[in-house]
Amino acid sequence: MSAIPTSLKSLSRALDVEQIRADFPILKLKVGGKPLVYLDNAASSQMPQPVIDRLVRYQTTQHANINRAVHYLSEVATAEYQEARCKLARFINAREEREVIFTSGTTDAINLVMQGYGRKFIGAGDEIILTTLEHHSNIVPWQMLCEEKGAKIRVVPINDAGELLIDEYEKLFNEHTRFVGVMHVSNALGTINPIKSMIAFAHARGVPVLVDGAQAAPHMPLDVQDLDCDFYAFSGHKVCGPTGIGILYGKAALLEKMQPFKGGGDMILSVTFEKTIYNTIPHKFEAGTPPIAAAIGLGAAVDYLAATGMERIAAHELDLLNYATEQVNRMPGVRIIGTAEKKAAVLSFAVDGVHPHDVGTLLNEEGIAIRTGHHCAQPVMQRFKVPATSRASFAFYNTMAEVDALVAGIRTVQKVFA
Amino acid sequence: MSDPKSLYQEVILDHNRKPRNFGTLEHASHKAEGHNPLCGDHIGLALRLNGDAIEGIAFHGEACAICKASASMMTATVKGKTRQDAETLIREFRDMATGKLDLQRQPHHLGRLSVFAGVRDLPVRVKCAILPWHTLHAALNSVASTSTEADEDPMHATIGDA
Repeated sequence: MSAIPTSLKSLSRALDVEQIRADFPILKLKVGGKPLVYLDNAASSQMPQPVIDRLVRYQTTQHANINRAVHYLSEVATAEYQEARCKLARFINAREEREVIFTSGTTDAINLVMQGYGRKFIGAGDEIILTTLEHHSNIVPWQMLCEEKGAKIRVVPINDAGELLIDEYEKLFNEHTRFVGVMHVSNALGTINPIKSMIAFAHARGVPVLVDGAQAAPHMPLDVQDLDCDFYAFSGHKVCGPTGIGILYGKAALLEKMQPFKGGGDMILSVTFEKTIYNTIPHKFEAGTPPIAAAIGLGAAVDYLAATGMERIAAHELDLLNYATEQVNRMPGVRIIGTAEKKAAVLSFAVDGVHPHDVGTLLNEEGIAIRTGHHCAQPVMQRFKVPATSRASFAFYNTMAEVDALVAGIRTVQKVFA
Repeated sequence: MSDPKSLYQEVILDHNRKPRNFGTLEHASHKAEGHNPLCGDHIGLALRLNGDAIEGIAFHGEACAICKASASMMTATVKGKTRQDAETLIREFRDMATGKLDLQRQPHHLGRLSVFAGVRDLPVRVKCAILPWHTLHAALNSVASTSTEADEDPMHATIGDA
C-alpha cells in the first residue's frame, strides 16, 4: 500500500476539513497574535477532542494497574488495555493481536528488535542492510549491535530525487546478509519507499525486514499482511495519539523466537532464583506497568483516523502536497529538496542565501510552525550537501489556505533578507 | 523589518549582509574554531593581541544570520579593547542571551549588542548568538576548537572572570 492511488483524489472532497479542524482544540491557538499554522506534523501531530476525552474518561473512571488484581477497576483497565491492542491490530491488519507489542515509541520498538532479535541471531561477519534515508533511530541501534558483535552495516544509496537505488539494494545482498531495516516514508524528504517489493526480494533470500513506519502510519492505509514485513514500528504521537506510546508489530513466529529485552514483572510466568519462565507474547516484551492510559489513548486515536478514513486522508494530503509543490516551485530562489515520484506530504526546502534556522524563526513570527535542522537524518543532509533544511509537513487537518500562508511566509523571509 | 518584536532588526540584517572584520587576519596570535553541530554553524576566529590589547580580529565561516551578525558586531565591539574587557562582554552577552541579565535593572557594557536580547525567548537560537562569543573565549584562552554541545556547552561552562 505504498502508493496513493490517484483515483482516490475525488474522495478528498468528501473530507470536510473544517469539521475535522473543529475536533482539534489546539488549532484554534494564536501564536504571537497570529493564527497558528501547524506544519510540523512529521515531528508530532495534534490530538483531537475524542482522544483527549478518552484519556480523561480512563483516568477519571477506569484506572488501576492491569493484569493482576481481582478488583473491578483492575479488570476494567486490563480489558480496555487489551481492547486498545485489538484496535491497533485492526488498524494495521495484523493476523493476531498478540503480534502487537506496546512500546514507548518507534525508537523503543527498533531497539527491542535489535536487542531481542539482533543480539540473538546476528553475529560476527554478518551484514545488516540499511538505507541512506534512515532516521538516526534506525541507524544507531544497529551500529551498537555491530560494535558488540563484529557485524557490518551496508547502506542503500539514493538518487538526486531522494529515491532509493533499488538495483544497488539488490546488489548488497550476499551470503552474509542477515537483516534489512528500511523506513516506509522518509521523514526528511517525504519519499515513499517501495517496501513491498524490497521485502519480497529480501524474503526470497531468507532475510527478515524491519520497517520504520513512523512517517507512514499517520498518512496511508496499512496492511502488514499484504506488505509481509516481519516487523513494523510506529509512534503514537505522530498518529494523533499521546507521547510515550508506540507499537512494534512482529510476526508471531519471530517474536516467539526472540529473547526478551527487559526483565521484570508481567513478562514472566514464574520466577524462582533458579529459573524464570517467560510469559507468552506479547507480554514477554512488556515488562513492568505499561503506560496504560497512553495505550488506550492510542487506541482511540487510530479509531479516529480509521473513522476519518485513511484513504481519504491520503488523498487530501496528496492534494495539499501537490498544491504546495506547485506553489513553491514557482518561487524564484526556493529549491525543494526531495522530489521523489512517490511522496508523502513532506516539503523540505532551501531558500537561497538564508539559513534554515532564520527561515524557521521568521516563519514563527508569522505564526507558522515548521521544523528546521537535520531532522535526525544527517546522512541525508550529507548526501544533499546541506547542513539542514526547512521542512513543512502536512496532516489531514491542514488546508490549502495554510499552504498559501506558508508561501506568503517564505516571501516575507525573502523580503527581509533581500 | 520594522516589527519591533522581530529578532531580525535592521542592524542585525545589515551585519549579516555586510559582515565587519570578515576574512583573514595577518600575524594572528590567537585562533579558535567554533562549531554548533546541531545546525552546522561554524565560525573561525583569529586575534592579534598586543600585550593585553586586542589589536586585530577577524572571523570567517558559514552560519545563520543571527550567528553571523553576532560575530560581526562582536568583532567590531572588542577591537581595541583589553582581554579583560572582552571577557566581561562575553559573560554579559551570554547572560543576556540566556535571560540571566536584566538589561533595564542591572549594569552592563553591551550597548547596541542589546539588539540580541530577543533570543532569550527563542531557546533554540540562543546558541546561534552565543557561538562567536564562546569561540572568542576559547581563542583568548588558547583553546583551538570548541563546540556548543556536550562538555563544551557554553550554557554550563565557566566564562569570564568567574
